[in-house]
Amino acid sequence: MRRFLITIVWLYFAVLLIGPVAYLCSEAVREGAATFGAEITKPEALHGFTLTAEITAIVLVVNLIVGTATAMVLARQQFRGKAILSGLIDLPFAVSPVIAGFMLILLFGPETILGTFFGTLDIKILFAFPAMVMATLFVTFPFVVRELTPVLQTVGTQGEEAARTLGAKEWQVFLLVTLPSVRWGLIYGATLTVARAIGEFGAVLVVAGNVLGLTQTATLHIYQSYVDFNYVGAYAVAATLLAVSFAILTLLEIAKARAVASIAQ
Amino acid sequence: MSPHKLAQVALRSAAIGYVLCLILLPLLLIGQKSLVNGLGQFVVDIRQPQAAAALVLTLEAALVTTAINAVFGTLSAFVLVRYEFRGRWFLNALVDLPFAIPTLVAGLMIAALYGTTSSLGAWLKGGGIEVIYNTPGIILAMLFVTMPFTIRAIQPVLMELEREQEEAAYTLGASSWTTFLKVTIPAMLPGLLTGVFLTFVRALGEFGSIVIVAGNIPMKTQVAAVYVYGEIESYNPQGAASVSVVILLISFFALMLLERLTRPPGERLPPLLRMGAQSGVAS
Repeated sequence: MRRFLITIVWLYFAVLLIGPVAYLCSEAVREGAATFGAEITKPEALHGFTLTAEITAIVLVVNLIVGTATAMVLARQQFRGKAILSGLIDLPFAVSPVIAGFMLILLFGPETILGTFFGTLDIKILFAFPAMVMATLFVTFPFVVRELTPVLQTVGTQGEEAARTLGAKEWQVFLLVTLPSVRWGLIYGATLTVARAIGEFGAVLVVAGNVLGLTQTATLHIYQSYVDFNYVGAYAVAATLLAVSFAILTLLEIAKARAVASIAQ
Repeated sequence: MSPHKLAQVALRSAAIGYVLCLILLPLLLIGQKSLVNGLGQFVVDIRQPQAAAALVLTLEAALVTTAINAVFGTLSAFVLVRYEFRGRWFLNALVDLPFAIPTLVAGLMIAALYGTTSSLGAWLKGGGIEVIYNTPGIILAMLFVTMPFTIRAIQPVLMELEREQEEAAYTLGASSWTTFLKVTIPAMLPGLLTGVFLTFVRALGEFGSIVIVAGNIPMKTQVAAVYVYGEIESYNPQGAASVSVVILLISFFALMLLERLTRPPGERLPPLLRMGAQSGVAS
């Protein structure tokens, strides 16, 4: 019985996870390391990596600031409508990425008030960089807030109050007491944000338009290669992102272990 | 008002303003767009044969995914927590991988391995099973992206559930099967419900992995998210909005039901961190 169950679990993981990952990696290098290297250093591929990195960097900074502020509000303040705010924050988890992108089209389309406004200013939002950042902001917003809020609650306010009594200013309390005590929870949320930002496809696809070499992130480049029957190219860039995924997974495991250990103290 | 109080109010207003602009306002716009020509048009939109077929396929595939995920997720969590075996650490570390892999890459991997260009795919096709550009591929993609939910929701419960409780039942004469049914299953139920509902909601909206494996043949392998994408691309925002609203309503309803079923009042959905907190990976 025991051996049977273990075998089933191995099979489940093999069919769903291990098999596909291993096969993709082997396909990516099937035509040799030189081809692999050539595919991931093509101008379009490099542009994709750069654009993904830029979007991820901006989204990470915004989420670190706004996400931390929102988590502080949820963990430290009591006010009417807090449950509603908290519920709204979870919503992006339940919204299909395509719908997330679609919302931005409805918001900034040429016939809308905002669309006309930015049109007269000659600022391009849709089918350009700003909309791609906003779409990624939407899908990643819950991560930092959701991971940080419970850690803030668990850590409590004793340390903060002690620092205040000793004459520390508010910003000192936050930077020197609060932030260090929750740093691993913050890193965990930030890592999830990065993973999702790098991997986001649907929301970005909808708002990016199809401007070759201009609004193609790494995932959009993979999709384009696949649609153009350039499977080797698609597999090569996908395998590169997969390597990043493994690095992210490692960081997640470390951050989780540290966060749990710091709470347990 | 003290400066401290003032800062608090400012911070709170900023957070609420950001959430309203980023999340609530755009969502309301979709609802407004779907009803801009009246409720009648909304009903016409979602009863379009292609739209209706996409919604039905999505619901069916999501339900099958949820059922498979519930069974194998529970089994995996149980085996990973209770049994010592070679490779346990390895499997445990892999559970979170689908969260770290871009969904498009997931779809690509599945299409590569189970497509007819691979020897496995060709062999399956020889046996009459077509996975890619077919419903099994859609379910496989949904299973991949939702894999961690049930396992991670049940693992901590199983670890907390005192072995003694089970042993007590066992020594009192209950068979191991009865013990499992009467003690282990009820304790796992809240975690299982969380995993099951999150899986369902995630599967409903999945796009990136499915767009590659499904082939997106209207009336046959086109899921709702892909249909919405097609309508946006062909300048039919109203049709896209109507189908979007249906998926959104089902998702929200499912999440509210979950909240009702599992949470004591005032407590929020446990984050992924807490799910993983007591799992084997962290300990």
